[in-house]
Amino acid sequence: MSNQGAGALIDATVRPRRLARIFSRDHTVIAKQFFAMSIFFLFAGGLLALFVRWQLGFPGSAVPVPFNFLMTRTMAPGGVIAPDAFNGMFTLHATFMVYFAVLPMLVGALPNFVLPLQIGSPRMAFPTLGMLSFWLSLLGGLLMIATYFVDGGPASTGWTAYAPLAAVSHYTGSSAGQNLWILSLAILGIGLILGAANQVVTIVNHRAPGLTMFRLPLTVWSFLVTGLLVLLALPVITAAVGMLLMDRTLGTSFFVPAGLSVSGSPLAGYAGGGQPLLWQHLFWFFGHPVVYIMILPGMGVVSDVLAVFARKPLFGYRAMIYSTFAIAGLGWLVWGHHMFQSGMNPLLGTTFMASTMAIAIPSGVKVFGWLATLWRGQIRFGLPMLFALAFLLTFTVGGLSGIFMASTPVDAFIHDTYFIVGHIHYVLFGGSLFAIFAAIAYWFPKATGRMLGERLGRLHFWLTLAAFNCTFFPMHILGIGGHMRRIYDPTVYAFLRDLQPVNTFITISAITLGFAQLLLVANIFLSLKNGRRAEPNPWRAATLEWTLPSPPGDGAFAVVPEVHRWPYDYSLPNAIEDYLPQTSLHVNGTGTGTDS
Amino acid sequence: MWNFPLLPDQASTFAGRVDGLYFFLVALTAFFTVMISLMVAFMAIRYRESNTKVNRDNPLPENPTMEAVWIGVPLVIVLVIFFWGVNIYFAIARPPANAVDMYVTGKQWMWKIQHPTGQREINEIHVAVGQPVRLTMISQDVIHSFYVPAFRVKQDVLPGRYSQLWFEPTKPGIYHLFCAEFCGTKHSGMIGRVVVMESADYERWLAGGSSNGGSLGQTMADAGAQIFEAQGCITCHKMDDASRAPILKGLYGKSVALNGGETVIADEQYIRESILRSGAKIVAGYGPIMPVYQNRISEDELMQLVSYIKSLGGPATGTPAATPSAAPASETKGTPAAAKPAQNVNEPSRNK
Repeated sequence: MSNQGAGALIDATVRPRRLARIFSRDHTVIAKQFFAMSIFFLFAGGLLALFVRWQLGFPGSAVPVPFNFLMTRTMAPGGVIAPDAFNGMFTLHATFMVYFAVLPMLVGALPNFVLPLQIGSPRMAFPTLGMLSFWLSLLGGLLMIATYFVDGGPASTGWTAYAPLAAVSHYTGSSAGQNLWILSLAILGIGLILGAANQVVTIVNHRAPGLTMFRLPLTVWSFLVTGLLVLLALPVITAAVGMLLMDRTLGTSFFVPAGLSVSGSPLAGYAGGGQPLLWQHLFWFFGHPVVYIMILPGMGVVSDVLAVFARKPLFGYRAMIYSTFAIAGLGWLVWGHHMFQSGMNPLLGTTFMASTMAIAIPSGVKVFGWLATLWRGQIRFGLPMLFALAFLLTFTVGGLSGIFMASTPVDAFIHDTYFIVGHIHYVLFGGSLFAIFAAIAYWFPKATGRMLGERLGRLHFWLTLAAFNCTFFPMHILGIGGHMRRIYDPTVYAFLRDLQPVNTFITISAITLGFAQLLLVANIFLSLKNGRRAEPNPWRAATLEWTLPSPPGDGAFAVVPEVHRWPYDYSLPNAIEDYLPQTSLHVNGTGTGTDS
Repeated sequence: MWNFPLLPDQASTFAGRVDGLYFFLVALTAFFTVMISLMVAFMAIRYRESNTKVNRDNPLPENPTMEAVWIGVPLVIVLVIFFWGVNIYFAIARPPANAVDMYVTGKQWMWKIQHPTGQREINEIHVAVGQPVRLTMISQDVIHSFYVPAFRVKQDVLPGRYSQLWFEPTKPGIYHLFCAEFCGTKHSGMIGRVVVMESADYERWLAGGSSNGGSLGQTMADAGAQIFEAQGCITCHKMDDASRAPILKGLYGKSVALNGGETVIADEQYIRESILRSGAKIVAGYGPIMPVYQNRISEDELMQLVSYIKSLGGPATGTPAATPSAAPASETKGTPAAAKPAQNVNEPSRNK
């Protein structure tokens, strides 16, 4: 592959053949491909969530007519979702959302588009790797969709795929589905690793002259840290699912202990001697950092959006960077808090308890830093700002409810209940997804040359915010009431019958939430067609991408920009405009923190 | 609006303590959520762009003192939660010396319970109020989790390895028992109940026997002794002759030196493993001559064997090390005379 700076310029200027346009090495095209894939899986995963919610809110009633087209007769005899189908749906819901919606958005679409533009580079470091990264992810995604249609149904062991449930095919109805699930994740894992390598190298090697590390916007810092996390975490899960596949197909016993039985008779074909807990350790050693992979880019985006829309320098720039590293670093030491109930030595549990609680401190630094950024600002409420402010609130709730899990005795009570489901959705929906919405609204003008429609956008925002809270907040109440996660029919439990109205309420809210997302898609399409034309810098932001035309078009940064200041020079006392772009040479009265 | 309690019943000695910490966390979370929401709302209104009559002077890009405060205050709060939590956590991890042993086997999708006195139950467990119970649990297939919301306890039940859980019921009644770890198709149907009875009622129930699951017709230790003979264990493991195999009398809870030079505590897990895979941990001075009993003994029978070996007595020093934590015995809760030797209920001195 061509690694010289000129290579990409030639690529961009020579009119590519049709095949080359599809298998494009252009980072903005790759970003759009990732974006489309991610949005598709967001809706597919959302639809699956609604099926799950339907069964929980209205147990035993048939799925309403226009939506039952996805149900085969074995999945839903008489239109009512069967237990195995239910298990498959919540498994695929989480798998789609985590692996194929949020990760490709935050490790694929966002960095591929934003990263080179923010560091003044005409391209990513490895265009071919970027292309491969997308096509491997897509292949993984297609395989994952295929699991829905194979004999025996999709994987139905949860996105955590605990062994031996997932390691021995006799324990679930799903055989080919689970195997495909594993293959799909392995392929996606490789794709994301390639993308992350590309992202890290680009940041290290392709910054414009003058753009020192401590002049990078928080978004780029978060891409750097996220990229490193992906590089370290994804190989673990890729290897672990490989071992799981061998257990399932070759008869190895990595995760299978001796002496198991299947419906009364001894399980044949396994030598035994494996450790079910080994899977949990491997899975969560990947699984907890992946939570930070999904939240850190959002934190970066929100930091920048808050500064731009409050017209203030980001408060505590360095503290923000160090807290990002602290969260990422501590993220490697906390996986055990997912396993407090799995039979852990209490002394070990205590250390995991301490390391988990320690994360509250860098997270607090971020939240208070964001608040201080708003202080005495000049706040404008553009769409990106609305989502950023919502992120600030929902992430706070999600972060604080995490302390409940860190406190082991409380965790013993709420572990595997809906409290956890509520918590993870506050972090992943209220955190990652709100940040993604902020990012979409923020960079839409740059990517398309049109502004995202404000009126429809606000409707989408308020509906989403309200429905989000109505959907996920009551889940905490269910969990404290003792409602387990992953149960097919809550009405078989006497004491949960009193909680059934809450379940119904959640389901109605979830349906509202799901349909509200159609507004986003409608807004995107309407704005693409009729949206107001975007100026190069509609938000009056200081970072480099806003020095380019909207959209940047071919040959962005054909003239490499020179950077003279940090990205947060807003509301300078003596400036004519209330901000100075990073390329501005203009020497100014105070020059707050212009350099390190 | 809705007719439901915010928390399940409090029916164990832990429940009050766990709920205390829980409510503290709720208050803390509510405080910070409200505070941050109010701050965002306040600033959004006061510092909105159209408000020109507001002081926007001196926007600080950094302020070390303030940052120290918002690092320091959360740190103190976190430390309080940590030590409070650890305190309860260790109590949950340490069964008291006077706990009654019961044995639980989980399978898709059913709980099987064995009482030391021989009663067997399915999806039901009868216990006496005020009597601490220590469960030794194992799964025959996938991972399950023993969860009694009213007791605020939950413990995963693993295949191939014992896990343990203890509780002390404080209120007679019938409480839900669930499987909390997703375990396959009928996970949501894996339901049981815990029946907590007054002591007198419990004695009567024990005498009458279980109506659901039958009975061994003898104590678990006796049943274990029969297996011990039937499987021929007794030919090597003699009561008074250590020439071919270690003497098992007094083994339970003792520290055992192995061939490799390490030592292990002879707890339930060690005994189980040594029966199934005898070559795994061989006692110092012996050869690998014991046959492997894997797939020859069911988990239920294994528990009877373990119960039998436990009935042969433990070291005279005090409580057997109950959990892998090897918690100091002096800390055990609720026993005035912690120095008393272990009172295993299934200890009908069977010195042959």
